[in-house]
Amino acid sequence: MTLAATPQDHAAPRTETARDTDLQRLAASSHLKRLEAEAIHIMREVAAEFANPVMLYSVGKDSSVLLHLLQKAFYPAPPPIPMMHVDTTWKFREMIAFRDRRAKETGCRLIVHTNQEGAAQGVNPFSHGASVHTDIMKTQALKQALDMYKFDAAIGGARRDEEKSRAKERVFSFRNAQHRWDPKSQRPELWSLYNTRIHKGESVRVFPLSNWTELDIWLYIYRENIEVPSLYLAKERPIVEREGQLIMVDDDRMPLEPGEVPQMRKVRFRTLGCYPLTAAIESDADTLPAVIQEMLIARTSERQGRIIDQDASASMEKKKQEGYF
Amino acid sequence: MDLQITDTAPDNAVTAINDYLQRHETKSLLRFITCGSVDDGKSTLLGRLLYDTKLLFDDQLAALEGDSLRHGTQNGELDFALLVDGLSAEREQGITIDVAYRFFSTDKRKFIVADCPGHEQYTRNMATGASTADLAVVLVDARKGLMTQTRRHTYICSLLGIRHVLLAVNKMDLVDYAQSTFKRIESDYRLVAAQMGIENVTAIPLSALAGENVSSRSQVMGWYNGPSLLEHLETVQVERVTSKLGFRMPVQWVCRPNQNFRGYAGQVVAGSIAPGDEIVALPSGVRSRVARLVTADGDLPRAAAGDAVAIQLEDERDISRGDVIASISSPPQVADQFAAHLLWMDAAALLPGRPYWLKIGARMVTAQVTEIKHRVDVNTQEKRAAKRLELNEVGFCNVSLDHAIAFESYEDCRELGAFILIDRQTNATVAAGTLNFALRRADNIHWQHTDVDRVARARIKGQTPACLWFTGLSGSGKSTIANVVEKRLHAMGYHTYMLDGDNVRHGLNRDLGFTDEDRVENIRRVAEVSKLMVDAGLIVMVSFISPFRSERGMARSLFENGEFREVFVDTPLEVCAQRDPKGLYAKAKAGQIRNFTGIDSPYERPENPEMHLDTMGASVDELAQRIIDGLLGQ
Repeated sequence: MTLAATPQDHAAPRTETARDTDLQRLAASSHLKRLEAEAIHIMREVAAEFANPVMLYSVGKDSSVLLHLLQKAFYPAPPPIPMMHVDTTWKFREMIAFRDRRAKETGCRLIVHTNQEGAAQGVNPFSHGASVHTDIMKTQALKQALDMYKFDAAIGGARRDEEKSRAKERVFSFRNAQHRWDPKSQRPELWSLYNTRIHKGESVRVFPLSNWTELDIWLYIYRENIEVPSLYLAKERPIVEREGQLIMVDDDRMPLEPGEVPQMRKVRFRTLGCYPLTAAIESDADTLPAVIQEMLIARTSERQGRIIDQDASASMEKKKQEGYF
Repeated sequence: MDLQITDTAPDNAVTAINDYLQRHETKSLLRFITCGSVDDGKSTLLGRLLYDTKLLFDDQLAALEGDSLRHGTQNGELDFALLVDGLSAEREQGITIDVAYRFFSTDKRKFIVADCPGHEQYTRNMATGASTADLAVVLVDARKGLMTQTRRHTYICSLLGIRHVLLAVNKMDLVDYAQSTFKRIESDYRLVAAQMGIENVTAIPLSALAGENVSSRSQVMGWYNGPSLLEHLETVQVERVTSKLGFRMPVQWVCRPNQNFRGYAGQVVAGSIAPGDEIVALPSGVRSRVARLVTADGDLPRAAAGDAVAIQLEDERDISRGDVIASISSPPQVADQFAAHLLWMDAAALLPGRPYWLKIGARMVTAQVTEIKHRVDVNTQEKRAAKRLELNEVGFCNVSLDHAIAFESYEDCRELGAFILIDRQTNATVAAGTLNFALRRADNIHWQHTDVDRVARARIKGQTPACLWFTGLSGSGKSTIANVVEKRLHAMGYHTYMLDGDNVRHGLNRDLGFTDEDRVENIRRVAEVSKLMVDAGLIVMVSFISPFRSERGMARSLFENGEFREVFVDTPLEVCAQRDPKGLYAKAKAGQIRNFTGIDSPYERPENPEMHLDTMGASVDELAQRIIDGLLGQ
């Protein structure tokens, strides 16, 4: 499914009228343009100063924006930074298809990593619980992959408006050789001068979208015609309700409780992850503008749909210290 | 506040979103910080602001209610401070350690607010927040008036070029909303701000807890006619005077997808440029003309400050990352020595003469502070003499670089006038600096060209010049071994010289003591002298304790590849202290000598010396012969 009305053809010559409109738009120093330029600046710093950088790609809307920015930052050259997806094997099926297609279309090299040990042990969100599954298949898997490929910088799509400990994080966030974040002694980070020096084995997580809000992401997706998975749009989907959360039955691996029958309900997702751990919301918003409109009047934050975040308010900080993105 | 399309029918969503996008796009952005001392209530103020502007979601409010019961300081009432203190260590201790960024917007403006820590030990985190801010909200407790922290924070703001301060006199409810109290604090503060060169001060009396004068005007302070805090933030004009500078863009990345395209990618930091314009790349001085301004959205007819572009030139030129592309009619200055303000942010002190990495724009060079002209007390702003800068101290310094760079003063252009220093061993960001002006000295000292060069000098002596750098503890045997090495080389007909630590301190370095900063200078001078001698064609033996890795690294960096050979004379401390040929260890242990290496001053062992001499179980003669074999076997 494609949300983009017409894919932009950058090589095509534009008419004078289009040029004038562009000029007018550029003349007003707009907010999104400023955020875009900042993110491009950050990505170029990564490409110029690190030997072996990677971009973490999680298939969601923020990753879609990152991929779009990655293409813009190095145009007309192809992105010099590969993207990597840590696949827990429990993602929505549509996400995997979308990922493979986008990699092909953009020409960006895609690395997929799964914690094979965890997969062999059959770790899953049902019998092991949300936090064990996330730790083994996501956090440990990410660390494995970073060690295996010896990446010295990993770009991620996290934003400071998402969560309290993210709000404290630097754009270039230092990790020791054990991938740990030390929130109490972060490197000072002044202006747009990023310290990229590290010793062997250490690494840096880089967040070009630090200063974006969820609304900025959606408006930018809309303005730039960026394609995102259709899971973000409302549609009739097979749903079971558990502890007040709407969970989509994406495949037959999901064990149903006795008497539990999936109901078709019109829902959409505000964030995408492992389908058993990602709650949907009921919605009629089946177009991008309608989603944005709904979001503007929302009374809950997007992370509410992430089941692993609700253990304790310090849970993200703890996970991040241990190496979670 | 921002939710005006609530009632639009779904059919009209596209129009509504387009309208919204339009408004969203044209709204200006204000980046500000909140600072003040520990209990002035700045986190409470910020929480209140988010709450009043309806930016808290239901699940965040629910979490806040839970946190307020568990960690709150308001007897179970909503404790807004918990909204912004994000780290568990912060919530436990009830203090702010690091800067937190929050986002909110109203119909008039978007805001990014950096909530800064107030404690002196976290000054570097406050500076992190202040470096990107246009305005500072400085909170003062109405009961206490100006505090040391108020001065310190205002000084850091002025140092980083913040020109607008909103003085928030908070907790007015606790002084019965008395106008006289507010007026006194306001006039005290205006005096302080004027001393520090901050021209625009707006003072507002308020109560964050009670919500008076925060997002709407207070009814209980009828004597106050000014705007509420939010009104002021929505309307204050902070745009800098349009820069008078011509076009400038540091090159971040060279884009070479194929043989036919070479683009210099970067973000324009001043002025504007169009195809056909003449440019110069600095510091090289290479000239060319702009062919295209390439972006993924098509070529631009003109690129201005803030735009990210790739510049294609009319001809192939040697320009690389870190160079600055500028308009040819008004290029920036190029220099390698500056006067600059430094905010020191590391627990290990700044030592003049020690080399650090300096990052400015997209350029990384090696820098040394050659002189600390004075230190500024961040609490009182008094100028004092200083030989070093400690954590959180500000100094006005002379900085010397190993390469010339294009620059502007910080006041004229932050992107080409701000820099950071990075420790070469730990990679820590140790200082933030703002360039003031170039020192002319460098321009007036030129290299005198000599016809007889180093190769010729070496050839006539029939030898390959080298510097053997003996390092090790006092009493480890450096000079004894070096002496034997020189004697044998001399007997074999080689031209040598020996620089001994003790001997040099009788003459060239007579003025230096044994503090860390003097040790650094001691090594710098000796390294320079040995370089001259190697230049003269000699084989030089340097016998110095030289306890610090960075100075030995600095000495090494003066030489050509292969000329410098670090010889680590490795004798255990106990053995040195037992030998104690000069009786120094005894004195040091008795406290009669301070800063003695191995006793109360550190010795940093070499990590990769060319020669590692384990002196236990080998004779001086054997060790000397190994060095000679290594040297002549090259």
